[in-house]
Amino acid sequence: MIYDALIAPFIDFEFMRRALAGVIALALGGAPIGVFLMLRRMSLVGDAMAHAILPGAAVGFLFSGLNLFAMTFGGLIAGFSVALLAGLVSRVTEIKEDASLAAFYLVSLALGVTIVSMRGTNIDLLHVLFGNILAMDDQTLLVIAFNATITLVILAVIYRPLVIECVDPVFLRTVSRAGAPAHLAFLALVVINLVNGFHALGTLLAVGLMVLPAGIARFWSRDITGMMMIAVASAAISGYLGLVLSFQTKVPSGPAIILVAAALYVVSVLFGTVSGLVRQLFPGRHLEA
Amino acid sequence: MTAQLKFSNVTLGYDRHPAVHHLNGEIAAGSLLAIVGPNGAGKSTLFRGIVGILKPLAGTIGLGDLKPREIAYLPQSVDIDRTFPISVFDFVGTGLWRSTGLFGGLGKKAGRQIADALAAVGLNGFENRTIGTLSGGQMQRMLFARVLLQDARVIVLDEPFNAIDAKTSADLIGLVRHWHAERRTVLAALHDMDLVRANFPETLLLARGAVAWGATSQVLTADNLLEARRMCEAFDDGAHACAIDAARPRAA
Ligand SMILES: Nc1ncnc2c1ncn2[C@@H]1O[C@H](COP(=O)(O)OP(=O)(O)OP(=O)(O)O)[C@@H](O)[C@H]1O
Ligand SMILES: [Mg+2]
Repeated sequence: MIYDALIAPFIDFEFMRRALAGVIALALGGAPIGVFLMLRRMSLVGDAMAHAILPGAAVGFLFSGLNLFAMTFGGLIAGFSVALLAGLVSRVTEIKEDASLAAFYLVSLALGVTIVSMRGTNIDLLHVLFGNILAMDDQTLLVIAFNATITLVILAVIYRPLVIECVDPVFLRTVSRAGAPAHLAFLALVVINLVNGFHALGTLLAVGLMVLPAGIARFWSRDITGMMMIAVASAAISGYLGLVLSFQTKVPSGPAIILVAAALYVVSVLFGTVSGLVRQLFPGRHLEA
Repeated sequence: MTAQLKFSNVTLGYDRHPAVHHLNGEIAAGSLLAIVGPNGAGKSTLFRGIVGILKPLAGTIGLGDLKPREIAYLPQSVDIDRTFPISVFDFVGTGLWRSTGLFGGLGKKAGRQIADALAAVGLNGFENRTIGTLSGGQMQRMLFARVLLQDARVIVLDEPFNAIDAKTSADLIGLVRHWHAERRTVLAALHDMDLVRANFPETLLLARGAVAWGATSQVLTADNLLEARRMCEAFDDGAHACAIDAARPRAA
């Protein structure tokens, strides 16, 4: 019974195995990035950037249909230019990054949807907006795995300057020049992982597997290493349970995954060991010293 | 005595307004120098210039063979994100940046160094606390521990004893004296004249320019302090371009 529900779909169907592999790769790359987005108070920036990718991917679609490489390439270009632009604007004018990014939000979405509709059907549009992780081919899976690997390698390189830049930017400036390159590399990783999420979950939900697991992790750990572990784990679990849910109930896979993550988030807000609501209501008796 | 820092006609400021105006002078290697002056005198600005996060509007600050990144700097108001989930141990460990660099892990030796630094500032037992849980004074002790680990030849402290109790500031002053004994160059901006008289052999009285500079007892006279206080704090938006540079074109 439990076996039928939880394991059999993955043994019986190749597309389910592939989806599972894809979702785990997404979790490995995206969740740690999400943790940094959260700690730098850039979660909404990530969301806005996810939208900025759409017109780029749509232009790719316009030229070559649902072609993996064209859409990846277009998305990367659009994402990078927006990230760079927003970074420049905020560095030059002292306007916070999120303010300048918010403007891209609606424009990009409208532009992207328009471009896709010019050539595609409504099915294509749904595919672009919500992804279709169950229909991933080998190539897409490889691209996702490749991006996740790149992410982990680069993150390992820039980890220390990135952390110091978050905590004490002036200190980093006085000891090293690594601050600005690390920040740019980080923005690049955000874009890469958004494009990754775009293939599986579509524009509208791509950022979900980055931001929600990070939010979950914050309620269970006080230190950043722990947060990243928990974020990856909860992203992978959401992916797995979401696929099962989608298989059993015919809920589309992307929304199913995000809904599971959201449910885990609610549980964490309530019962998390670090400032969860229940913890705050019933803190236990105070200690001696 | 060789000069560690050399100011040649340095002007530092913001938006063309000078906050430190045409400063000349040298700081010998191994000196223990207090920098005093009223609010807005330009002490913090001078420090930002020394550590290279503010470019001089004119003139130069010579560091000899030293690189700006080899100076340990404790700013007046630290821009630390205290909500960031990092432990006191890891935070202080960032002081080892020069030896670990980008990658180097914190090995056994580094672990011992960090523990020693924390013990030196009286923070044993705080290793695993996150930085957001420290009190103001404990935070300051932690920042001193990081400066300690930076093992720098020049140490710049901007009002390090603000809002610090007597016991803690006595401890930290002990550390400063220890650095002096190790022949490091230490500069500190301070407002407590008794503390300066008791611990700092040399003083620079700054009020946009140097009002007096030399042995502490000769600098901190009533006349000099009055003179410094007369300095006007506000920038004048209608000010003309400074004439000194025009009269003496940048030939040097
Ligand atoms: N970021 C800035 N932008 C513009 N003006 C500034 C800036 N920082 C300082 N100033 C101005 O420069 C002048 C010198 O400031 P500074 O911070 O160096 O003074 P200070 O001697 O450190 O004073 P305090 O004792 O209050 O710390 C002041 O008039 C101040 O208003
Ligand atoms: Mg100051």
